[in-house]
Amino acid sequence: MGIISANPGAGQPPRQGMDLESDMRILVIEDDAEMAGYIAKGLRQAGFFVDVAEDGSDGLFQAVREPYDLAIVDRMLPGLDGLSVVKALRSAGQQTPVLFLSAMGDVKDRVDGLRGGGDDYLVKPFAFSELLARVEGLLRRPVASRPGTVLRVADLELDLRSHRVARKGEPIDLKPREFKLLQYLMEHQGQVVTRTMMLEHVWDCHFDLQTNVIDVHMSRLRHKIDSDDHPQLLHTVRGIGYCLRAPS
Amino acid sequence: MALGIASVHRHRLLHSRKFRLTLIYLCLFSASVLVLFGASYWMATGAVSRQIEATIDAEIRGLAEQYSQRGTVGLIEILNGRMRAGDPSGALYLLADPAFRPLAGNLDGWPFEQPDADGWVTFPLSDPDPTVKRAQYGRARVFSLSGGLHLLVGHDVAERVRIADSIARLLAVGLAVTVGVSLLGGFLMSRSLLREFDRINQTSREIMAGDMSRRVPQSGRGDEFDQMAANLNAMLDQIERLVAGIKQVTDSIAHDLRTPLGRLRNRLDRALVEDADGAACREAIGRAIDDADHLLKTFNALLSIGQAESGAPRRNFEPVDLGALVTDVVDLYEPVAEEKGLFFIVDAGSGATIKGDRALLFQAVANLMDNAIKFSAAPADGANGSVGLALGTEGEAARITVWDHGPGIPEDQRDRVIERFYRLEASRSTPGSGLGLSLVAAVARLHGGRLELADNSPGLRAELILPAAQR
Repeated sequence: MGIISANPGAGQPPRQGMDLESDMRILVIEDDAEMAGYIAKGLRQAGFFVDVAEDGSDGLFQAVREPYDLAIVDRMLPGLDGLSVVKALRSAGQQTPVLFLSAMGDVKDRVDGLRGGGDDYLVKPFAFSELLARVEGLLRRPVASRPGTVLRVADLELDLRSHRVARKGEPIDLKPREFKLLQYLMEHQGQVVTRTMMLEHVWDCHFDLQTNVIDVHMSRLRHKIDSDDHPQLLHTVRGIGYCLRAPS
Repeated sequence: MALGIASVHRHRLLHSRKFRLTLIYLCLFSASVLVLFGASYWMATGAVSRQIEATIDAEIRGLAEQYSQRGTVGLIEILNGRMRAGDPSGALYLLADPAFRPLAGNLDGWPFEQPDADGWVTFPLSDPDPTVKRAQYGRARVFSLSGGLHLLVGHDVAERVRIADSIARLLAVGLAVTVGVSLLGGFLMSRSLLREFDRINQTSREIMAGDMSRRVPQSGRGDEFDQMAANLNAMLDQIERLVAGIKQVTDSIAHDLRTPLGRLRNRLDRALVEDADGAACREAIGRAIDDADHLLKTFNALLSIGQAESGAPRRNFEPVDLGALVTDVVDLYEPVAEEKGLFFIVDAGSGATIKGDRALLFQAVANLMDNAIKFSAAPADGANGSVGLALGTEGEAARITVWDHGPGIPEDQRDRVIERFYRLEASRSTPGSGLGLSLVAAVARLHGGRLELADNSPGLRAELILPAAQR
């Protein structure tokens, strides 16, 4: 098991539905053998089936031929580059979620990648826990993107339409940004969400902040939703991020 | 070796340049001399011919009159008289009977050449006396007199030939002078031109040989060469500055990243040597990863600065609502300030929009805010514990001010803190890379603006001034 499962104290594994993921297939298109091995090994330990393609055309061929639940694509590949692979994949009607890996980290590259059909973007070098958190986020995206619904985690409710939040029926007063943060966490309930993911999705901020500003926001949010007489929903996953989940 | 080759190359180039310039001069001058002489020849011969023709016309009229008054005999007498006078002017006369047999005159036989449109006959002269130099051709008019006689009055072309000869002589002298003058002039001019180029080449070679401080000398005449030298020198100054900047950055990177790398290495070394159990080993690895992350963050910050300084993001500039940006930064940092017990005073003003890179501007303002909070002391004894963020305008420019009541920056250090890795002695113990303000300054420059650091007595007032109009 990866780093996540080393987290002690939790009543259940931080990710739900290991059985769901156990037959999930991931294609890694990466020419750097060491990097590909690092990713594949980590993902296999986390319970995924992983195939590796070493260049763009092989990767495209494999992705079109077999159904994968996710593709992890390096931007810089010999021959056919990552962006072209994904564009070709999309024009072939394949909707497999794509996570781009890139050594290029500036905003324009990121925007190009996401406009070119990528679903998420991770800049090398990265922590494996960051990659895993994003992989899980992408695999669950369809559940999260239903608009106009009420999101629920145990007795915590968030109404996307009326912008109201309540725990056990008692309304909770949240500032707009706190609402957005909680919405993001609830959409990814049961998954580990990293600080970078929150910065990107809630604050649209794509760089390292000097201090752990996110932790202050999380402690405030926790203070509002997890008061003493309720079971804890928002958990800190040491060294990685946070996880919002229902108690077992 | 390389210098030797360059010098040989230069000589060949210099030679051919000089030669070609001179040759061009020569051709131009010679062509103009030829045109000039051609025109004078044409005009002079034309004038002479016209004069002779007019004389002949008058002569014919005179002779025709004599004939009508005195008859054939009178005409012959007159012609003989003309010739006896030994006319050397080249006049030609011939009176012939109806069968074209010569009766009087200085031609041996009647010329039967076809007259031209104006009635002029051009014919070769057969010279009976080779000692008398005569022209080879004659031009004449022919008349048929009453009684069947034929009269020819003309002139040889000696005059024209003489004029042509003298013009040709003049032309030869003129051409010789022209060639001489243009060779000398071309040589002198190209030499002075090439001397100017030589000054530049000399300096370039010295710079290539490693003396970056050399500059192209200027003659002080303020001409095009001086302007070129001034431009080259300005370019060299700029390059020297950039090289010095790169050197400084490289040195700082080498120096400042050696420390954390050394720490990382020692930590791993110790974990290996101490033969630790699983938990301690994991702990050491965890810390090593933290160290590596810190290094990566430093590199990312350096890359961001490098990117901003390259000017490349200007290609993707878009309108940025600074009011919204300030609100976002406040959103992000207000809880952090409050956590530390600081009042966060915000003045978003009336808002402003500039063309820029939102991500970099956000990062710049966030860096300033981060510093302000980091260096503010918690107001333990009711001291002035507040930080502020304000958006205002200054003429055409937007102004984002971030202030605190921390220790501030001494005046003589304010220029230095924007250098990469420079940190105040007092702040060495606080976390940070020493790159925050460097990035802010680079982002300000990218947007054609500037970062101003001032005393907030006490504390620091950092102002980011961003002009609305982009160059």
